[in-house]
Amino acid sequence: MRFVLKTDYHRDSDLFRDRVQFSWYAALFIFVLCLPIVSGTYVESQLTTVFMWSIAGAGLMILVGYTGLISLGHAAFLSVGAYTHAIMLDLGVPFFVSIPLAMVLCSALGVVVSIAALRMTGIYLAIATLAFAMIVEKIVKNWSAVTGGNAGFKVAPPELFGWELNSTAYYYFCLLVLTLVMLCVSNLLRAPTGRAFIAVRDSEISAQAMGINLLKTKALAFAISAALTGLAGTLLAYQWHYLFPDSFSMLTSIQLLMLVIIGGLGSMSGVVFGAIFITLLPDGIATVREWLPDSIGNLPGLEPLTFGLLLILVLIFEPLGINGRWQKMRLFFSQFPLYRNKTLKRQKSFLRTERVH
Amino acid sequence: MFEVVRLSKHFGGVTAVHEVSFSVNEGEIFSIMGPNGAGKTTVLNLISRFYDVDEGTIQFAGEDITHAPPHEIARKGIARTFQNIELFERETVLQNLLIAQYIHRKTNIFSDLLFLPRVRRQEAQSRRFLEDIIDLLHLQRYREQQIHSLPFGVRKLVELARALCLKPKLLLLDEPSSGLNPEETEDLSFWIEDINKELGVTIVMVEHDMNLIGQVSNRVLVLASGRSIALGTPVEVKDHPDVISAYLGT
Ligand SMILES: Nc1ncnc2c1ncn2[C@@H]1O[C@H](COP(=O)(O)OP(=O)(O)OP(=O)(O)O)[C@@H](O)[C@H]1O
Ligand SMILES: [Mg+2]
Repeated sequence: MRFVLKTDYHRDSDLFRDRVQFSWYAALFIFVLCLPIVSGTYVESQLTTVFMWSIAGAGLMILVGYTGLISLGHAAFLSVGAYTHAIMLDLGVPFFVSIPLAMVLCSALGVVVSIAALRMTGIYLAIATLAFAMIVEKIVKNWSAVTGGNAGFKVAPPELFGWELNSTAYYYFCLLVLTLVMLCVSNLLRAPTGRAFIAVRDSEISAQAMGINLLKTKALAFAISAALTGLAGTLLAYQWHYLFPDSFSMLTSIQLLMLVIIGGLGSMSGVVFGAIFITLLPDGIATVREWLPDSIGNLPGLEPLTFGLLLILVLIFEPLGINGRWQKMRLFFSQFPLYRNKTLKRQKSFLRTERVH
Repeated sequence: MFEVVRLSKHFGGVTAVHEVSFSVNEGEIFSIMGPNGAGKTTVLNLISRFYDVDEGTIQFAGEDITHAPPHEIARKGIARTFQNIELFERETVLQNLLIAQYIHRKTNIFSDLLFLPRVRRQEAQSRRFLEDIIDLLHLQRYREQQIHSLPFGVRKLVELARALCLKPKLLLLDEPSSGLNPEETEDLSFWIEDINKELGVTIVMVEHDMNLIGQVSNRVLVLASGRSIALGTPVEVKDHPDVISAYLGT
C-alpha cells in the first residue's frame, strides 16, 4: 500500500495523487501517441472512435454522474453539433471557427432544455429530454432545405490551411481534443463550480443551505454537458462523411447513457472505459450473432435488447461500473494478502426521511 | 440582530407554527425547546426559507429576509445543521467542508475550467481556513474519510464544522445532541461555547437536553403545539407551570 505524505495544501488540488500515478498516465499517453506508428488502420480508426465517444461521454458524465440529472436525449446535442458544423463547413467557415460556434449553439440549447426541465427529476426529466431529442430529430428530418433531410448531408473533409488531414492526423487531432476536454473537466471538478455540481447530486437540501443556487447550477451543468457532447458531434461528422437524421436516434442516446453507467458513474476514467466498451460492442454482438442459430441471430431487435440487458445487469451487480471493478482490483493487489471481501461494502446509511429536518 | 414576528405556518389542516415571536441578541445562545411535534424544526426551516412563510416576518441584521430565496440565506450569514444530518455522503470530510467555501469563492466558471493560478491560490486559502475549523472540532483523523464510513457522532460534528465553514454570523442547530452519548454531549457543550465566544457566532439551538440548555444558553423559548408558551432564562423556564404541564401532557 502506498501512503501519500502531504506537506502543503496545494497537494490537495493537484491533478495526480503522486508521482507514481502521474507516471502511469504519462506512460499511457505516450503509448497512444506511438500507437499509429505500429498499428494498422483498423485499430487506429477504432481508437479515434473511442476518443470521440469519450468526449461525448464526458459531457453526459458531468450531467448524470456529477450533477445527478438524467438525460435520455443527448443524441440531440450530437446531432445539432454535427449538423451545425457540417453546414458551416459547407458555407466555407473554417473548422476552428465552426466547432466553437457549434458548441455555443449546443450549450444555448442545453440551457433552454434545462429551463424547461429544471423542476423535474428522475423519470420526468428522462421523458422531457427524450421529447426534446424527438423534436430535434423531426426538425432535422423535415428541414431538408438546410439539412438535406433523409437524403443525407455530405461533410467536407477536415482541412487545415489547405492540407487535408489523413486518418492518422485526424487520430491525433481527436486525441488532442480529448486531452483538453479531460483536463478542463478535471479542473472544473477540483474547483468550486464542480463541487457545486456534486453537492446538488448528493443533497439538494444541503446544497441550498450551502448557498448554491439549484436552478443556476443545473442550467450550467446542462450547458457544459451539451457543449461537450456537441463537440463530439462535430468530430463524428468528419468520421462519418455523411450525416443522416437516423444516425442520431434514441438508440444513440441510450448508448451514451450506457457508456456512463457501465463506465462508472461519477468517474472520468469510467468515461474512457465506457467508450471502449461502446466501441467494441457492435463488433462483439456481430461475432456472437454468427455463433447463434440463424433464428435467433437474425432477430432485428438483438442489439437494443443486448444494450438493455447489459445495462440492467451492470446496475444490479456492479453499480459503480467498470471503474468500480477496476478500483476494487487495484485495492486487492495493493493490499494482498490482507484484502477483506467487505472492505468496500457501504455501511448501512442512517435513516433518512423525505421530511426536511 | 435577529427577529421573528408573529410567524405562522400551516400544513393543510395542521398548524405547525402559530404566531411565534422572538428576538435574538448579538452574541447570544438562544435555545428552543418543546415536546415532539411542537414545531421547532419547522421554525428553523422557515428561517432557512425551505418552507414559505404563511404569516409574519423574519428580520436579520436589519434586513427583511421573509421572502429571500433559500440559497441567499447562507450568503447573508446564516448557517444551519439538520436534525437527521444532511451531508454529501459519497464525499470525504474535506470535500464536504470545501463545499461550504462556495459562497466565498472569487473565481468563476472560466477560471475554474482552466484552473488558473488564482483558483489554485484560492483553494490553498480555503484549505488553510478549514484547518482552523478542523482543529477546533478535533476532526483531524477523519479528513480523508468518506461520510458513509463515519460513526453517527462524528457525522454530527462534520455537519457542525461544515456550517462553521460558511463563516456565519448566526448558526441554527437542530438537536445537536441527539444521538450523542453523554461524553460527546459534554464535549459538545464546550464546543458550542467556544464557537460562541471565540468565533463570535450567535446561536439559535433546538434542543431537548435540559442540562445542555442550562449549561450554555442565555434564554430559552418553549413551544408546544406550534405556540410559544414561555420565554426566559433556563431557570425561569424550567419551573414555569405551563412548561411543566406541556411536558406532562395535561
Ligand atoms: N413538510 C411537512 N408536511 C406536513 N406536515 C409537516 C411537515 N413538516 C412538519 N409537519 C408537521 O408540523 C408539526 C411540527 O413538526 P416539527 O418537525 O416542526 O416538530 P419538532 O418540534 O421539530 O419535533 P421533533 O422534536 O420530533 O423534531 C408536526 O405535526 C409535523 O407533523
Ligand atoms: Mg424537529
